[in-house]
Amino acid sequence: MHNHGSAFPVESLFFIPAVVALVAYWAGARSPRSGRWPWYRTAFFTLGVAAVLVTVLNPLAELAHRDFAVLSFSHLLAGMLSPLLLVLSRPFTLALRTLDVFPARRLSRVLRSRFARFLSFPVTAALLNTGGMILMFRTGLLQAMQESMPVHWLVTFHLLAAGYLFTASIVGRDPSPHRAGYRLRAIVLVLSIAAHNILAKGIYADPPPGIPAAAAETGALVMYYGGGILELVLIVLLCRQWYASVRPRGKVASAIHPQ
Amino acid sequence: MSSPLRERRSPRRRNLVSGLLFGIGLAAFVDEVIFHQLLQWHHFYDRSTTSVGLFSDGLFHAFGWFAVVAGLFLFADLRRWHETLLKRWTGGVLLGAGVFQLYDGTVQHKLMGLHQIRYEVDLLVYDTVWNVIAVLLIVAGAFLTYRTRTAVPRESTAPADA
Repeated sequence: MHNHGSAFPVESLFFIPAVVALVAYWAGARSPRSGRWPWYRTAFFTLGVAAVLVTVLNPLAELAHRDFAVLSFSHLLAGMLSPLLLVLSRPFTLALRTLDVFPARRLSRVLRSRFARFLSFPVTAALLNTGGMILMFRTGLLQAMQESMPVHWLVTFHLLAAGYLFTASIVGRDPSPHRAGYRLRAIVLVLSIAAHNILAKGIYADPPPGIPAAAAETGALVMYYGGGILELVLIVLLCRQWYASVRPRGKVASAIHPQ
Repeated sequence: MSSPLRERRSPRRRNLVSGLLFGIGLAAFVDEVIFHQLLQWHHFYDRSTTSVGLFSDGLFHAFGWFAVVAGLFLFADLRRWHETLLKRWTGGVLLGAGVFQLYDGTVQHKLMGLHQIRYEVDLLVYDTVWNVIAVLLIVAGAFLTYRTRTAVPRESTAPADA
C-alpha cells in the first residue's frame, strides 16, 4: 500500500492544475471584456473544481479505497456533480470573450473541428460516459483502482472528462456549432439515466469483484438515489432550455396573429 | 432561424401529449414514493428479476422522471400561449397513468416477474385492485379524450387548427 504518512503527500500536486484553472477563470470573470459576468457562474466553477479535487485528496481518497459507499459517493462528485457545475459556469463562453483575438480564434477553430463535433455529439458523449462506468464496475478496473493511486487518478480524470462532455452535449450553453436537437438529446438522456439505474441495481444484486455484499448494497443505493437527484436536475435544465426556445416573441406573435 | 411559431402543432394534440406525459410520470412517481419508499411493499430489488425485467424497470423509471418534468413544461407552454384545454389535458393524464399502471401490473409484475405488489400475502386481491384501477383510469381517460376530440381553446394566440 501507499505511504500516506510522508511529509509531502503526492496528491498535493493536484492543487496546481486546480489553482491554475481557478485563477484563469477568476481573472477572466473580472476582466472588463467578460461583460458583467454573473457571480453565480464563478461560484459554479469554483465549486466544480473543489468537488473533483476532494475526490483525489485525503481523507476522501483513502476512505473511498476502504468503503465502497464512499467510492460511490466520490464518483457522483467527480463524474456528475463537478461536470454539471463546470458546464453551468460556461468556461468556453468566458474564454472566447476574454482571450486575445488570436488565441480566441484558435479556440473557436478547435471547437468547430470535426473531432470536437464528433466528441460532443450526444450519442458519442453518452457512450464514453456510460461505457467508462460499466468498465469500471464490471471489469478488474475497480480492483486496480483500489490497489494503485495512479489508476484511481486516471479513472477520476476520465469520469470528469466524459461527464463534462456528456453534460455539455445535453444541457450545455457554451457555443457549440451543430448542437443536437431536443428530441435526440431527450432520448439520449433518458437512455443514459436508464443505464445508470440498471447498473446500480446490478451492483446491488451482484457485487463487483472484491466488494462485500452489504457494502455493494449501500453503494448501489447511493449511486441510484444520489445519481437520481442530479439526473432530475439535467432533465429540468433540458426542458427549461426547450421552454425558453419556444417562448412567444411579442412582435412576431402579434404580426402573425393580429387580434 | 426558423420561427418556432410556424412549427406549432394543434393545441388539441399538444394538450393530449402534455397530459399523457404527466400522467405516466405521475404513476411512476406514485409507484416509487408510496409503494417503494413509504409503504416499502415493493423492493428496491428482490434478486429474482430477469435481465429483461431489470432493463424494462430501469428504462421506465428513467422515462417516468423525464415524463413528469417534460409534461409540466409542456403544460406551462400551453398556458403561456392560452391554449389549454383542461378537459383534454385531464383525459391525457388519466390515460397515461392508467396505461403505465396496467403495463406495470401485468407485464412488469406478472410476465417479467420484476417484483410483486406485496410479499407474503395473497396477491390475487392486490393484483385485481391494481389492474382494475388501471383499467378504470384508461376508460375515464379515453372517454374525456373522445369527448374533446373537436375542442378549441377559448382565446388562442396561436394559429388556429388546420
